[in-house]
Amino acid sequence: MFRLEARTSTPAWFNLALPLLAIGATLVLCSGLIALAGAGVIEAYGVMFSASLGDSYAITETLVRATPMIFTGLAVAVAFRAKFWNIGAEGQLLAGAVASCAVGAIPMPGPLAMLLMTVAGAAAGAAVALIPATLRVRFKVDDVVSSLLLNSVIFYALMALIEGPWKDSFSGYPISPPILDSANFPVLLEGTRLHLGVVAAFLAAPVIWFLIARTTLGFRIRVIGENPEAARYGGIHVERVLISTALLSGALAGLAGVGEVGGVHFQVMSDISPGYGYSGIVVAMLARLNPLGVVPAALFLAAVMTGAEAMSRATGVPAFLSDVIQGTALLAMLVALLFTAYRVRRVGAAR
Amino acid sequence: MSVVLEQIFQVGFLAAIIRIATPLAFATLGEMFSERAGVLNLGIEGIMLLSAMTGFTATSLSGSLWLGVLAAVLTGALMGALHALFTVALGLSQHVCGIGVTLFSSGLAYFLYRLIFGQQSVPPSIKSFETLPIPVLSDIPVLGPAVFNQFSLVYMAMAAVPLAAFVLYRTPWGLSVRMVGENPRAADSAGISVIATRFQAVILGGALMGLAGAFLSMVQFNAFTFGLVSGRGWVAIALVVFGRWDPWRSAGAALLFAFVDALQLRMQASGLGHIPYEAFLMLPFIFTIVAMAVMSRNAVAPSALLKPFRREER
Repeated sequence: MFRLEARTSTPAWFNLALPLLAIGATLVLCSGLIALAGAGVIEAYGVMFSASLGDSYAITETLVRATPMIFTGLAVAVAFRAKFWNIGAEGQLLAGAVASCAVGAIPMPGPLAMLLMTVAGAAAGAAVALIPATLRVRFKVDDVVSSLLLNSVIFYALMALIEGPWKDSFSGYPISPPILDSANFPVLLEGTRLHLGVVAAFLAAPVIWFLIARTTLGFRIRVIGENPEAARYGGIHVERVLISTALLSGALAGLAGVGEVGGVHFQVMSDISPGYGYSGIVVAMLARLNPLGVVPAALFLAAVMTGAEAMSRATGVPAFLSDVIQGTALLAMLVALLFTAYRVRRVGAAR
Repeated sequence: MSVVLEQIFQVGFLAAIIRIATPLAFATLGEMFSERAGVLNLGIEGIMLLSAMTGFTATSLSGSLWLGVLAAVLTGALMGALHALFTVALGLSQHVCGIGVTLFSSGLAYFLYRLIFGQQSVPPSIKSFETLPIPVLSDIPVLGPAVFNQFSLVYMAMAAVPLAAFVLYRTPWGLSVRMVGENPRAADSAGISVIATRFQAVILGGALMGLAGAFLSMVQFNAFTFGLVSGRGWVAIALVVFGRWDPWRSAGAALLFAFVDALQLRMQASGLGHIPYEAFLMLPFIFTIVAMAVMSRNAVAPSALLKPFRREER
């Protein structure tokens, strides 16, 4: 028999080893599906690797794809730190995309447009996140369910826009009109899609880390997450901090939408996010809710997503494998996390 | 407005409510059993999707509808067991594990479906269940054809509600479930295995979610499509709160939701003014959020919900 025994201390190298262990376990587990699809495991992962990290263009594509996941990952990490269960990053991202698209279509000098798009997108995301937070603080509504349900509401609102007032009257496709060329985020590397938002995402991670680790708000967020009773006893206005956390989390998720509109698609369509909001949960957990860890975690998932399509073309393994990898990675990481708090002890024939 | 009222009291409308309520009733009852034992199962959306896929596939390959239902139920139970393994045996966060189970099962459903059926221009379909009129009862005007000329899975849902209430309130196992959900430590002292009971409840819940999935792919759509579940699982979670963790109230909540959804469909079809149809699609979700805000004030969740149980601690 084995038993879980509480650890008194966690070895430091665990923090680095655990996510790698989880990712390793995930790749091994998912190789069964590749074999089931009748492809060579090494070959399939090889194609995935080379298509996402093999050459400089592949690397830029992975960076571009990692960008929204860094933002949603940060959004989820910040929220989960305070035990505000924001599962609504998907809807907040869509709201951010719509708001920045609306602003980007207004004629004005480019830099101003980009600035206002960013502000509008962040504000829209924050506004959406405010709903589940308010419902929780005022009406004790479970934030998990309300933020989940809001994703559907926002999605249909987006659909109503692009099939209604924003519909392309020329082609008849449910796609919004594009933002003005002057509002397109500058491309950093000729011939790639590497845009200014990518840099912003990489800068956001250390900023959010600083905020969580070194500021008063960050301290309050952490205390509330660890022990709300103690926080209240210690004079922290729990409700106010929860609302601030929600606003910050929603704004970050909204920025994910801004980057997709300003730097990648330049307009809004129904599939502008292939579930980046949910990927954010995987990213945040792989990062152990550490904002700095969000970057490598997002890069890993982005590489998987970028590589999956090439793998599918080359080996016939359905590209949905990347979705399975995401889910498995999340579960594997949760199990791995268990080992930070507990160690497995062999015990005699206990009952 | 009178047009709307006229439509409400029609056989077709009543039948639509029943049809929409059936998968919700299964899913809501499943989630209720799980939560009553103290385990929130956010895997529901993915479990329904994966079960819908396996049920559809089993029927498509074997030609037997009931084999499909069995496959869906087993899939649901298996995924329930997976969720229980993480949350009950290992005591991991129920929120995050549930999302993990949903991501994993959804991905697996799409992956396996594409693997088995490939990419086809016309999605494969199956010959669905046929309606099974109940003699005498189906002759009752209006109510008869709507309620008693239905599919066998619909009758199963109708039977599941009193059965669930009986199991939960009138059997020793039901008592155990309620005890481990309210006060696991007391249950443990009384000699009830908290871990085993929670496992059983979550697996039973998963099996019911599997039935919900089977209904979607094998009765409602006769096909497996992407986004088949489209939030019904999440709605079921809200309906459990709305139904205050009681089988009868939960079923009532499912019917009420189905009423709003059916109404939404009718209003959409009648092309009311210039309201975009998406506004109607949003309606059930907004309704659920508002209903939760109203109900959550005095809704009392099982006190051990979300709390893992470890014998050695405290």
